[in-house]
Amino acid sequence: MQETMAERTVDRSHMQVSDEVAIQISKMNKWYGTFHVLRDIDLTVNQGERIVIAGPSGSGKSTLIRCINRLEEHQTGQIIVDGTELTSDLKNIDKVRSEVGMVFQHFNLFPHLTILENLTLAPIWVRKTPRKEAEEVAMHYLEKVKIPEQAHKFPGMLSGGQQQRVAIARSLCMKPRIMLFDEPTSALDPEMIKEVLDTMIELAEEGMTMICVTHEMGFAQAVANRVIFMDQGQIVEQNNPHDFFNNPQSDRTKLFLSQILGH
Amino acid sequence: MSDKMISFVRTEMLPEQTPPSSQVGAMRWVRENLFSGPVNTLLTLLGIAVLYFLAVHLGPWFKNSIWNADSLAECREILAGQSGACWGVIKDRWHQLIFGFYPAEEYWRPTITFFLMLVAIAPVLFGGLPRKMMWFSAIFPALAFWLLWGGSIWYSVFAMLGFVVAYVAFRALQQVSGVVAVVGAVVAAVIWWLLLAGPLGDLVASVVPVALPYIRSDDFGGFMISIIIGVTGIALSLPIGILLALGRQSDMPLVRWICVGFIEFIRGVPLITLLFTASLLLNYFLPPGTNFDIILRVIIMVTLFAAAYMAEVVRGGFAALPRGQYEAADALGLDYWKAQRLILLPQALKISIPGIVNTFIGLFKDTTLVVFIGILDPIGLSNAIRADSNWNGIIWELYAFIALCFFLFCFGMSRYSQYLEGKLKTDHR
Ligand SMILES: Nc1ncnc2c1ncn2[C@@H]1O[C@H](COP(=O)(O)OP(=O)(O)OP(=O)(O)O)[C@@H](O)[C@H]1O
Ligand SMILES: [Mg+2]
Repeated sequence: MQETMAERTVDRSHMQVSDEVAIQISKMNKWYGTFHVLRDIDLTVNQGERIVIAGPSGSGKSTLIRCINRLEEHQTGQIIVDGTELTSDLKNIDKVRSEVGMVFQHFNLFPHLTILENLTLAPIWVRKTPRKEAEEVAMHYLEKVKIPEQAHKFPGMLSGGQQQRVAIARSLCMKPRIMLFDEPTSALDPEMIKEVLDTMIELAEEGMTMICVTHEMGFAQAVANRVIFMDQGQIVEQNNPHDFFNNPQSDRTKLFLSQILGH
Repeated sequence: MSDKMISFVRTEMLPEQTPPSSQVGAMRWVRENLFSGPVNTLLTLLGIAVLYFLAVHLGPWFKNSIWNADSLAECREILAGQSGACWGVIKDRWHQLIFGFYPAEEYWRPTITFFLMLVAIAPVLFGGLPRKMMWFSAIFPALAFWLLWGGSIWYSVFAMLGFVVAYVAFRALQQVSGVVAVVGAVVAAVIWWLLLAGPLGDLVASVVPVALPYIRSDDFGGFMISIIIGVTGIALSLPIGILLALGRQSDMPLVRWICVGFIEFIRGVPLITLLFTASLLLNYFLPPGTNFDIILRVIIMVTLFAAAYMAEVVRGGFAALPRGQYEAADALGLDYWKAQRLILLPQALKISIPGIVNTFIGLFKDTTLVVFIGILDPIGLSNAIRADSNWNGIIWELYAFIALCFFLFCFGMSRYSQYLEGKLKTDHR
């Protein structure tokens, strides 16, 4: 994957990490029944950060980012997103969800709606944007992900890569301040991975705060300002990509990297 | 095998030829579809034998059909010993089969109601009609009630206003919280219906009397009653079924238990016992002197019965949706009701169309069970007609006619569901 990334020079001029805290997770624990999935997670993400989370299967990566928009409920500790604490208060949850976009491994587009309707649904019904305006915004983002000509097709008629780009555009239509990606490319054929990663890189170039669970280490090296390695529900190591890949500290990280990079 | 014939150049082009006769047209179709193997050939011959048998026995019966006769005896006279259908009974009792004992001079009322019903359901069934027509669909139930039963129009008007009251209450309380608004709306509407609608109706009626002659429910009958019960049951059982299905998946244990209990109880009991309950038992529970209309009671029972099945059909649709659909809706910030209405329900209903229509058809045919509690639906009327000395002994013609009418309704529903499935097909697998 590193070769794919190398083709493209990443424009870092707008990638600035501000002092403003976007997400603050402290002493957070989560159990599935009696199974302790997330243990004492402490994580602060500033506005403008691009974080890649890596780790072996079952280490709790998905669970962690799903806690950030309350698709999963945490049991102890605190999660504050953009100044709003996630509690069982539905108002807070809705507020956080409308500010945090999420892209899933399996796209999760709404198959009964056209691409354009997929994009305008949440702005119209959640943000109360007038339909015409919502459609203009939607077309803008479809152009950004380079598929405006598909606007009136249904998701089932698009390729996997196109569907994932639509899913990204759908999240962007809500003008989120934070984007979460849960393995956005791992359900895609290799030739489609690049188009999705390109879209994500462009997003990073514009200064979006992003948390990506991904195995695309080339992407991590190209855009991330921080790589987090998780294992057994804990954050084992975090560092800037250069040091993370070239000088891993923990044995687990070394083992993981040797497996994933194949040397 | 030598190398001298390797190069070849065609000097003369071949003309186009017609295929052998065994490969074209009807011959080919017959060969491929009817006689493609020994088993197929045998089945074809058997089929032909059955058709021949039917034609020989039923052919003359249909061929000698008699339309103009006032009694079975007259038919027999005309036929003079031959076999033949005596459709005279349909002609003679046509109005009764359609309207029951509804007064003849008021037949225009159910007739108009029927055509208005077609107008009311058109925008629901077919997209592409003006959205404004929905307003007529919304007031149609009250209008139909007034046209069919008669009496003062004001009761229907004030009953309809109950929904307006509910809406106003809902909007007024919406600021407080969603749940309070829903509860407030329901309470306001119930108070309106129980306490205010009646007296207000009386009051306005005494000032501006607009009324039709009142017709008692006992006079209703025939296909009219099948359609009233069937259509009302169909229109109500789907929304109730959806609510039950949602309730069954609810996070609130109390709601879930009530829904599960209701569904399992209703599904575990034969419809006929519910109908007997409606006709007999309810009288014991209601205070003496209350006049709780029998047709209304039957509609409630039939609706609840169909709704329990509907709930399970719709639940199947929900279960078939991938988890990701719920998560995507949540992640976009849609609240529960919006996610249900815009994302999950449309897909779940689409998946369940065959099951839903199945339930509708079942419900419509089950309306014939009301004959057992003394309501004169077409089956009940066929008994009544036979009790008349003129038509004593006529069986097949009546049942064939009733069966044909039911078949047309049910076949229509089935065709519509196929049309709808085709129209909603958006996955291109
Ligand atoms: N709903 C659930 N109920 C019970 N256990 C669960 C549930 N979801 C996940 N788990 C378990 O929690 C652990 C962490 O799951 P999670 O999906 O977060 O892992 P992951 O790091 O994303 O792995 P992958 O790379 O395979 O996606 C796994 O052991 C999984 O089996
Ligand atoms: Mg995962």
